[in-house]
Amino acid sequence: MDTLDLARWQFAITTVYHFFFVPVTLSLVAVTAGLQTAWYRTGKDKYLRLTKFYGKLFLINIAMGVVTGLVQEFQFGMNWSDYSRFVGDVFGAPLALEGLLAFFLESTFIGLWIFGWDRLPKKVHLACIWMVVLGTQLSAYFILAANSWMQNPVGFRYNAERGRAELTDIWSVLTNKVVLVTYPHTIFAAFMVGGAFVAAVAIWHLVRRPGVDTGAFRTALRLGAVMVIVAGAGVALSGDQQGKVMTEVQPMKMAAAEALYESEKPASFSIFTVGTLDGSRELYSVKVPYLLSFLATGSFDSEVQGINNLQQAYEKIYGPGSYKPNVPLTYWTFRLMIGVGMSAAALAVLLLWATRKGRAPHRMLVWLAVPLPLLPLLANVFGWVFTETGRQPWLVFGLLPTASGVSPGTTMTELLISLIGFTLLYGLLAVVEVKLMLKSIRAGLAGASPLPGDPPDDAPDEAAKPLSFAY
Amino acid sequence: MELTTIWFVVIAGLWIGYFVLEGFDFGVGILLRVLGRDEPERRAVITTIGPVWDGNEVWLIVAGAMTFAAFPEWYATLFSGFYLPLFAILVSLILRGVALEYRGKRDDLPWRSRMDTLITIGSLVPALLWGITFANLVRGLPLDASHEFVGNLGTLLNPFALLGGVAFTALFVAHGAIFLTLRTTDDLRHRANRLASVTGLAAAALVVGFLVWAHAIRGNAASVVLAALAAAALLAGLAANKPSGAKASGAVGSSHSSTAREGWAFAGTALAIALGVASLFVAMFPAVLPSTLDPAWGLTVTNAASSAYTLKVLTVIAAIFTPLVMLYQGWTYWVFRKRVTVEPVAVS
Ligand code: HDD
Ligand code: HEM
Ligand code: HEM
Repeated sequence: MDTLDLARWQFAITTVYHFFFVPVTLSLVAVTAGLQTAWYRTGKDKYLRLTKFYGKLFLINIAMGVVTGLVQEFQFGMNWSDYSRFVGDVFGAPLALEGLLAFFLESTFIGLWIFGWDRLPKKVHLACIWMVVLGTQLSAYFILAANSWMQNPVGFRYNAERGRAELTDIWSVLTNKVVLVTYPHTIFAAFMVGGAFVAAVAIWHLVRRPGVDTGAFRTALRLGAVMVIVAGAGVALSGDQQGKVMTEVQPMKMAAAEALYESEKPASFSIFTVGTLDGSRELYSVKVPYLLSFLATGSFDSEVQGINNLQQAYEKIYGPGSYKPNVPLTYWTFRLMIGVGMSAAALAVLLLWATRKGRAPHRMLVWLAVPLPLLPLLANVFGWVFTETGRQPWLVFGLLPTASGVSPGTTMTELLISLIGFTLLYGLLAVVEVKLMLKSIRAGLAGASPLPGDPPDDAPDEAAKPLSFAY
Repeated sequence: MELTTIWFVVIAGLWIGYFVLEGFDFGVGILLRVLGRDEPERRAVITTIGPVWDGNEVWLIVAGAMTFAAFPEWYATLFSGFYLPLFAILVSLILRGVALEYRGKRDDLPWRSRMDTLITIGSLVPALLWGITFANLVRGLPLDASHEFVGNLGTLLNPFALLGGVAFTALFVAHGAIFLTLRTTDDLRHRANRLASVTGLAAAALVVGFLVWAHAIRGNAASVVLAALAAAALLAGLAANKPSGAKASGAVGSSHSSTAREGWAFAGTALAIALGVASLFVAMFPAVLPSTLDPAWGLTVTNAASSAYTLKVLTVIAAIFTPLVMLYQGWTYWVFRKRVTVEPVAVS
């Protein structure tokens, strides 16, 4: 273990943790806004109560997303100072855009939404939650543009004198072909998580509290299940696009995803492989012919480059060294992402079918409430681990090796303190968050009283009413 | 003006915005258990910052991101050099944020009391550490020829920096007390007002002492003028914050003139923070991280900056969106302008 390993572990732990909350935030805020819009349009009490219920769950979640995001913003400087020096000129711009355009919007309007229930006219209050939706989407786009630049650096030149990358075209950074496919894929993946969460909460209520708010929870169940299925289709379509772009910009990642050592034409996709322990040779595998060729290039009989050929090609360009990522890790995370995520869509179909035409769901279906949201959440993590470890040994593809990015002055002690500190703190917070979430889920829909009109202008602050909902 | 100078001013402005706004959040958090004697009072105290604290904290995130974009070297050296203090700040802000959001989500008093403790710690620690950090910026850091920090935690905990930490904290406490005077009613308002006078005096002594020392280390004519103005604003603010008389009845609370005075007092501490922080930045300029080992090894607005193209892009973005942000954040304060009253609540 050296500081590089610790810094990598810390980044992986804190980022994966941040990304437990992000997909839920991205999707649940949209669900909340949608429900509130339905209430605004129809005036039906059911929608108001669902808005408040899922809105509260959303708030519990976003609190964690916000505080863990704070760490993300600072650890580039703390653990990856040489990386920051190298990329700041380019990478900083989307990050700055994210802060100025997205985070201010999100945090300010969320305060207005929480505390504004009886302070703002209905229409303005509704607009506030939509502003939060806009903020979260902008945030996702800009940060993904930053990440995509690391996958496929564009719009820059290398300044040898200062030893850094310098921005030459912000527009090509923001319209990097990688971000154009990554953004829809990530958003659809997030909506799978959110839809599954909404449906899971609803199925629990329908089975365990029969007769209590059945109408409202049926609506929620079907809404959530449809979200999972539609988003699942979106994920598959956009993932297919992503595979093609990836083959173009990072052929090594595609080869590693398939553990394809020698170039193949046409290439088959293996669903399952047993290889030697070091992952250098396969012993047994189940294959679908032509599929990899199609996934990688869009045609069924084209050649897909193998790891060994690419290794030789890279040595010619970048000099001696290994340019292979961890092959078993990339191979399995890629499959798990697809398999685990898509099985959530299958469960959603099952739920829709079980509740067709007003049927009450079978009692056993309550057991779906646990795996349903966890599957797409795990698929998200697998997808990211695949994306990020498949980029290795590069931090910025083709430009900056991971080992050159770490802070030179940071000591083992400092890294150990922060790594252990964050891990323990995050573990503790996870327990608190999950408990609170479960408690709020169990409490069910609150009896929604009609909201009072606008208070008279000089009345003292009626803090209690809106706050009993929020704080 | 050079682009690099403009961006130095923008970064300073973001930190000023952060300290003026989050300054009273910290003060309110530190005073939570001092002023709030029971659950309804504490809840009222927290409600004064409830709708705005998250938006205030984003000033820090944006200050960080803008520094990364405009002065990558500054961001890299500052954050890796202040590793452990920054780690402590992050942990505190995490605990405080979670406690603020989660305290009301459970109806039991022991839970809320635990969250209140976290809010207080999570406000006190960052206030102290930001003071220590900024004092060290002015004092300079041991940076080697490649602008890398070569000191350790001991280097950062020198007497001058500790004074900076205490001065920042005291100022935020007074700022928070005045904010509470302005935002609450009746007995709570009255007690906040009295506390503001007491803590304000301590803050004034500490802040003046710190500023004198700071500008003795690294000052210039402009920075000294700013520091003097900061001290004047603070004293004027405290003068406006006259104790509202001996009677603790609600009658004092409602008169129009006392609201105006409280407004002036708040403007005073806000201005004092703004000018004080500005004076520290001006004292450093054109350095952004002076080196104590060799002046040539320090970071300046020139050798820390991004390329001219990047700065231009950032300028366009900032010119369009900063006014917009200030507009809607200002609107939030307008929407929640009414005073918070202490409401009886049923909690077991
Ligand atoms: C619910 C989650 C989920 C599901 C079901 C899928 N994905 Fe995915 N995938 C992600 C969640 C995700 C992700 C976590 O969001 C990633 C990580 C980075 C990114 O852009 O999205 C990802 C990355 C990612 C990448 C890597 C892109 C790169 O490194 O440049 C590819 C090629 C695919 N996906 C392809 C697919 C295909 C073909 C799928 C199914 C048919 C699929 N994904 C299902
Ligand atoms: C979009 C914004 C993101 C950026 C800018 C980013 C950037 C980085 C950086 C700088 C590193 C450290 C260097 C390294 O070890 O390669 C890294 C590694 C890593 N990231 Fe990301 N990341 C992002 C999103 C994510 C997400 C959302 C996840 C997971 C949920 C993730 C998972 C990982 C993992 C597992 C590693 C460790 C890889 C390794 O060291 O082998 N990343 N990323
Ligand atoms: C390493 C890269 C990342 C950094 C530096 C980062 C930074 C941050 C910060 C500072 C916050 C808190 C904002 C606030 O106070 O309101 C935050 C929250 C958020 N981030 Fe990240 N983030 C990273 C990865 C990601 C990724 C990959 C996504 C989405 C694709 C994302 C989406 C969001 C969203 C939607 C929020 C707001 C909602 C929430 O907090 O859950 N972030 N992030």
